[in-house]
Amino acid sequence: MNTDKNVPGSETDGRRRILAHPCSSLFIGVALCLTSFGAAQSAAVTEPPPGASACSGCHATDPSVATPAPRLVGRKPDEIVAALAAFRSGQRPATVMDRIAKGFTDAEIRAIAEWYGEKQP
Amino acid sequence: MTADQPTNRRTFLKRSAAIGAVALLPRPALAQGAAQHVVVIGGGFAGATCARALKRLSPKVRVSLVEQRQIFVSCPFSNAVIAGLRTLSQQQFGYEKIAQSGVEVHLAAATAVNPETHVVTLSDGSRLTYDRLVVAPGIDLRWDALPGYDQAAAEHMPHAWEAGAQTELLARQLSAMPDGGTVVIAAPANPFRCPPGPYERASLIAYYLKRKKPKSKLLILDAKDAFSKQRLFENAWKELYPGMIEWVGLSAGGKVTSVDPAAMTLTTDFDTHKAAVANVIPPQRAGRIAQIAGVADHTGWCPIDPETFESILQPHIHVIGDAAIAGAMPKSAFAANAQAKACAQTVEKLLVGEEPREPKLINTCYSLVAPDYGISIAGVYHPAGGQLVEVAGAGGISPLDATRPFREQEAHYAEGWFKTITAEVFG
Ligand SMILES: Cc1cc2nc3c(=O)[nH]c(=O)nc-3n(C[C@H](O)[C@H](O)[C@H](O)COP(=O)(O)OP(=O)(O)OC[C@H]3O[C@@H](n4cnc5c(N)ncnc54)[C@H](O)[C@@H]3O)c2cc1C
Repeated sequence: MNTDKNVPGSETDGRRRILAHPCSSLFIGVALCLTSFGAAQSAAVTEPPPGASACSGCHATDPSVATPAPRLVGRKPDEIVAALAAFRSGQRPATVMDRIAKGFTDAEIRAIAEWYGEKQP
Repeated sequence: MTADQPTNRRTFLKRSAAIGAVALLPRPALAQGAAQHVVVIGGGFAGATCARALKRLSPKVRVSLVEQRQIFVSCPFSNAVIAGLRTLSQQQFGYEKIAQSGVEVHLAAATAVNPETHVVTLSDGSRLTYDRLVVAPGIDLRWDALPGYDQAAAEHMPHAWEAGAQTELLARQLSAMPDGGTVVIAAPANPFRCPPGPYERASLIAYYLKRKKPKSKLLILDAKDAFSKQRLFENAWKELYPGMIEWVGLSAGGKVTSVDPAAMTLTTDFDTHKAAVANVIPPQRAGRIAQIAGVADHTGWCPIDPETFESILQPHIHVIGDAAIAGAMPKSAFAANAQAKACAQTVEKLLVGEEPREPKLINTCYSLVAPDYGISIAGVYHPAGGQLVEVAGAGGISPLDATRPFREQEAHYAEGWFKTITAEVFG
């Protein structure tokens, strides 16, 4: 399995628990049903505005993931808005964010920035 | 639902009609006052993302994820495994964390879907009744499309287009190949999973050959005349692997029309090529369960409403990821993940009888030409005219004249993307 510490698939605790699940040892390769043990019945999250959820493909929301793309969660909305405006105008150098920022309107950017800003880091 | 937004009127009307058509059917969840139930078939980049995102948005909804394999093996970054730069274990992810997040994980294959009664049958005999179904089975390779290329042939001429044993087979064949041999990659016509994938693979194989077997050559026989990030790839090949990679497009006779795995030959309209190692990437279609569910059309792929990802062919069934016809969006893990999160929002709204918001989507596909040389293509998408179309003026490929540090940075971002997305989906 994954040995990279930054990739949560590497954490073996959860795996052992599942392999210890009664039906798995009996029916390897057949259906085994992982019911939601310890299911987190947390409160619903607020709905992201259009476009916001796509950002987390690169900008990790999980604080334990080490990534070169800066975190958006908990960042001041004005900072995000300013960064995207600078990417869009070409004032701020970028590898890919200049290409992506051009696809969003001011209102969309503001909504996305505020949604990420409200989230707890 | 509020139908006052003119852009959503068409889908609203269509959905109302669809809902009317099934309103009389038994709806166990509602009848028994139980939680509403969403079933997701396929625990890959699309399905696993969608199941988790929906549970997070709406913890009261019962979400079942049906996946036929116990361990997911990621195709993204599997080309690096082929070139000996990563191990397959770094590509593997389990479903524990998803189960712990409150999603009911069923490690079984979905074998039947009845769109009228809303019942999914699993290979263990159990049945799941859904209020909404999300179909995300990825691709099936077409074993009927290329004469000579069937499952037995793939043991000699691996496709490695589904990661796992095939990835390792291709890696083993390359390391066993004598120096001076020709590696042949047969690339399919559009549409197919991961448009830049064959060319990233060619690049990383060349990286391996240059170091370990420098007298060898790599030939790409292509069933099309242009490919994703073509100029970036071709420039990089000249710079990094001069004289090593030859690409033959469709009009130059590149389309492979048959293969002979015993003779290790690939035949085009003009020629027969002998390969030391042959990587045949055959034509593809949506995973078979899509056909069974009646959501795939004659092309083998699944037409969807771009605003809701709902099937054009079956109401209450949504299709996301590689299986869907997503207009301008490529069949990529990034796109599958982005569609999945937007689809979860849509499904959540539809379950409570509200009008979903129009989605806005992003795709970014990185390719490694060498471990420290990355290139990318990006796009922003929205529904228009019944399709997902690219937002004009945005997106595009990495600059053609970028510096090496820029390429290095993109390689670094590529790795960051893989860590981030796999953590979001499986972590
Ligand atoms: C070599 C290669 C490199 C790639 N590199 C990249 C990259 O760098 N970036 C990128 O964005 N994309 C990349 N891709 C593309 C990416 O792999 C796909 O686009 C992505 O996996 C699509 O996600 P999906 O969920 O639609 O399908 P999948 O990820 O294939 O998931 C489908 C899942 O459904 C399951 N399933 C199917 N049928 C059933 C059934 N009946 N019952 C239960 N379960 C079922 C399968 O077992 C599978 O786990 C690459 C692809 C290849 C081949």
